[in-house]
Amino acid sequence: MHRYQSLTTLLVLPLFCLSIVACQPGIPKNALVLSPESLANRQLQTRIFETKDEKLLLSAGAAVLQDSGFQLDETEPRLGVIVASRDRDVLDAREVILSLCMALLCLPRSMAQKQKVLASLSTKPIDDKRIAARITFQHMVWNTDNQLIKNEGMNDPKIYEEFFAKLSKSIFLVAHEM
Amino acid sequence: MTRRMQCFMFIGIVALSLILLGCASTQKDILATRESQLKLRTIQSRAFDTNDHQRVLRVTIATLQDLGFVIDKANETLGTVSGTKRSGYTLRMTVSARPWGDNQVIVRSNAQYNLQTVEDPEPYQQFFFALSKALFLDAQQVE
Repeated sequence: MHRYQSLTTLLVLPLFCLSIVACQPGIPKNALVLSPESLANRQLQTRIFETKDEKLLLSAGAAVLQDSGFQLDETEPRLGVIVASRDRDVLDAREVILSLCMALLCLPRSMAQKQKVLASLSTKPIDDKRIAARITFQHMVWNTDNQLIKNEGMNDPKIYEEFFAKLSKSIFLVAHEM
Repeated sequence: MTRRMQCFMFIGIVALSLILLGCASTQKDILATRESQLKLRTIQSRAFDTNDHQRVLRVTIATLQDLGFVIDKANETLGTVSGTKRSGYTLRMTVSARPWGDNQVIVRSNAQYNLQTVEDPEPYQQFFFALSKALFLDAQQVE
């Protein structure tokens, strides 16, 4: 009896291990459902400009992204799309000091080290006189152990207000070839 | 069988199983899917009654942005749009639109959740529901 039990354990346990390896959580239920916040997010991310020149708007948007240190990864003017990204160091001096103090107490801690910000700007003519411009930002943050600690959309209204304020100025500069 | 031998045998079986599993997933089966090619196409495709292929692509971009995606790539000539949603997880999606006859556009989408290909019909139904609402058109099943 004891021998059969051992053999059963030997056979069942590896299968159990394999089933755990094979089981990964699937796509979240509402990942592709419009959320109640989607309308508010759209308003936050969109401004309407009184122009019929879509290329001018895209050029001005590209210039703002370049002004902000972004690299342009993809442009498709026929669909009104610009994709850009920016890698930056986010190591904070106060965090470094805190981590050093913690290390001295034998309590090592990791901190945010680098960030990748992704942006996509899209334009869409509304009628003969107006075009809507929409910008969306996401970011990924890695810590000093090179682990991904943030992987999410950015919804701070200040970022969007700042972008559109710069875009309004940029349209003027591009239109006047400055 | 001594307890020590049993222990070694157990560790050996687990290690062998994991090695076999690892070998299978790296070079073989890179084109394999759980569902059949035809079934996947049916799950991932819808026809819309419009001949404005560019409008479908522009509305697709807007719908992806509404769903929290950032656009990665767009190409009007090939009729493709790719985007990624980051919300603790990474969901990548590619949508292609091509004219079908004189009055229809076929939209095909495929998604990848983290490292898994999405083959469940429900997320695609949800995506096409959002897209058809934005297009003001009904999404028709493609046979």
